[in-house]
Amino acid sequence: MGESGVVETLGWAAQDKSGHLAPFKFTRRATGPHDVKMKVTYCGICHSDLHQIRNDWRGSVFPMVPGHEVVGVVKEVGSEVDDFKVGQLIGVGCMVHSCHSCESCDNGLEQFCPKVVWTYNSVDTDGTPTYGGYSGELVCNRKFVLRMPENLPPDAAAPLLCAGITVYSPMKHFGMTEKGKSFGLVGLGGLGHMAVKFAKAFGLKVTIFSTSPAKEKEARGILGADEFILSTDKEKMKAAEKTIDYIIDTVSAVHTLDDYLALLKTNGKIILVGVPESPLQLSPTSVIFGRRFVGGSLIGGVAETQEMLDFCGKNNITCMIEKIPMSYVNTAMERLQKNDVKYRFVIDIENTLTSE
Amino acid sequence: MSRMGSDAHVPIEVFGYAAKDTTGHMSPFKFTRKPAGAEDVTLKVHYCGICHSDLHQLRGDWGNSKYPMVPGHEIVGTVTSVGSAVSKFKVGDTVGVGCMVYSCHNCDSCDKGLEQYCDKMVWTYNDVLPDGTATQGGYSTIMVANEKFVVHIPENLPKDAAAPLLCAGITIWSPMLYFGMNVKGAKFGVVGLGGLGHMAVKFGKAFGMHVTVFSTSPSKEKEARELLGADDFVVSRDEEAMNAKAKSLDFIINTISVQHSLNPYLSTLKSNGKMCLVGIPEKELSVLPVQLVAGRKMVAGSLIGGMKETEEMLEFCGKNNITCLVETLPVAECNTAMERLANNDVKYRFVLDLDSVQQ
Repeated sequence: MGESGVVETLGWAAQDKSGHLAPFKFTRRATGPHDVKMKVTYCGICHSDLHQIRNDWRGSVFPMVPGHEVVGVVKEVGSEVDDFKVGQLIGVGCMVHSCHSCESCDNGLEQFCPKVVWTYNSVDTDGTPTYGGYSGELVCNRKFVLRMPENLPPDAAAPLLCAGITVYSPMKHFGMTEKGKSFGLVGLGGLGHMAVKFAKAFGLKVTIFSTSPAKEKEARGILGADEFILSTDKEKMKAAEKTIDYIIDTVSAVHTLDDYLALLKTNGKIILVGVPESPLQLSPTSVIFGRRFVGGSLIGGVAETQEMLDFCGKNNITCMIEKIPMSYVNTAMERLQKNDVKYRFVIDIENTLTSE
Repeated sequence: MSRMGSDAHVPIEVFGYAAKDTTGHMSPFKFTRKPAGAEDVTLKVHYCGICHSDLHQLRGDWGNSKYPMVPGHEIVGTVTSVGSAVSKFKVGDTVGVGCMVYSCHNCDSCDKGLEQYCDKMVWTYNDVLPDGTATQGGYSTIMVANEKFVVHIPENLPKDAAAPLLCAGITIWSPMLYFGMNVKGAKFGVVGLGGLGHMAVKFGKAFGMHVTVFSTSPSKEKEARELLGADDFVVSRDEEAMNAKAKSLDFIINTISVQHSLNPYLSTLKSNGKMCLVGIPEKELSVLPVQLVAGRKMVAGSLIGGMKETEEMLEFCGKNNITCLVETLPVAECNTAMERLANNDVKYRFVLDLDSVQQ
């Protein structure tokens, strides 16, 4: 216990929208009374890291240290922190602050708080920019620190903090948990493979809709999907119409919503968790006939993230990852751009973060 | 009480108005209905509301029109005879028939009282029954329907003003209940102030909600506030007024039947807000995914309502004296009414008077 001074930290940052990442020295705040200081061991690479280092969503502020799937151990706790201990395995996800006095915060939906501060590329309450987990250390308010299950390999657990919660939250909220029901997954990437894992854990019958025939073998063999349909196969898509209870749509490119709405039974739902930049077209008849709906969902609140982590610990659920050294990160970004990863890159910060 | 008419096997002669082609122009039309069966209710039609979908189908807009077509699915009349197996109705009852006249009653949707989603559902007009008979609607003097698709009309409601409840009313009522858009004190938005829209305002106020109307017509504001009780009125082309409504609404019913972008309206929803589409534009609408994702919002659709919930709605309307704002015209003026409807020149539903027909 005890507060230290401002700490110089090493991270990797992009300096402009070329997105090229390189070593970057910066400072983290002193550990305040309510803070937890974390020595980072692993950090997952999220597709939104790629978007933001390239300023795809506009609003990127450089230099930018990305990373919001951050796992590590407690190095120091503030004087008011009694629920975390030095040496404990912890994680930090996409948020580091919210107002805790609005309807969203009261409902455990900090991600919708108008004053939410993101783990990186955001402005903290003291006016300083937030820097993420592609770095050696992180200081975070205890309200946004999560307990990682001790039985899960920390590197394979890191992507739970964004990819995991991003699909777990809507699956729970929208009731996609009824054993025996038919679940559809569109897009088999980082988010998608987690959705399949959770769906199987909930006892659902899983059909994957993908544009990549190469993914079928693993989808069935390793992830346990029951069906795999190429979305370009018009005949199979037609045969699947009105057979699915609910769909999670992870696709981040423009695509035809109507094709997937047609797959839903009456009262069916499709929830978007990917964010194509351009508008999608929706035929009203696709939702009116059959009383279906299209919704969206954004990560998850802190309490439900903890609930998900505990669930994963109990059920031995982690992500399928490719662990990489820090120096590989730019190549990883290129490969991620081409969807060339099964299914999440995780940076071995502990062993490979250097100033080279 | 039930009895089988002694002329049970004779087709029933009916007088109505039908279109012969996609001009949609209607003219007097004599036709017959099949003899009423054991489960059928026969009614003398007093009034039939004009629904915007009548206009679409008369003109072949949806590519599936069959002629001659007698439209009309907001039918109110008096029972003149009932089949031997009919238990819910008796001669003299004031009853209504809405958009459906058949469903399979052997599927998940039918079991749940959601006949409108039954794969085998048959529409009141411009459709075909399992035995091959073409269905003809309520712009006619006599209607025959299976009792499963007939509802009681509360006696205290004026028959003409009650007729549009059978389509416009239930189309709004059903999603408002299903999606929980009936929370006292909640902020409710109605997009488009026509037949459907004005019912949404009425139900919204009846459920104790704060109601904002979005419309392209500034001229509708006075009546929206004074007659319908809307709390707020926003002209949707007024960017400033739209921005002022950002993140303020819990729910929206969207009745617009032309192509538009959903995004300005989605912006007015709070997080976890819901929009339900009930209008049927022919073209696709634009949705920005980030609108849905960044606030966990949803865009749903809904189609009329099932029979049980139609009865519940009518009961509610009877208790709370809710009917539609109508302009009633003799059925002979149906073509004039259609022209005016095509120009949105109606407050807010035309109702055709079938009693005006000289027998």
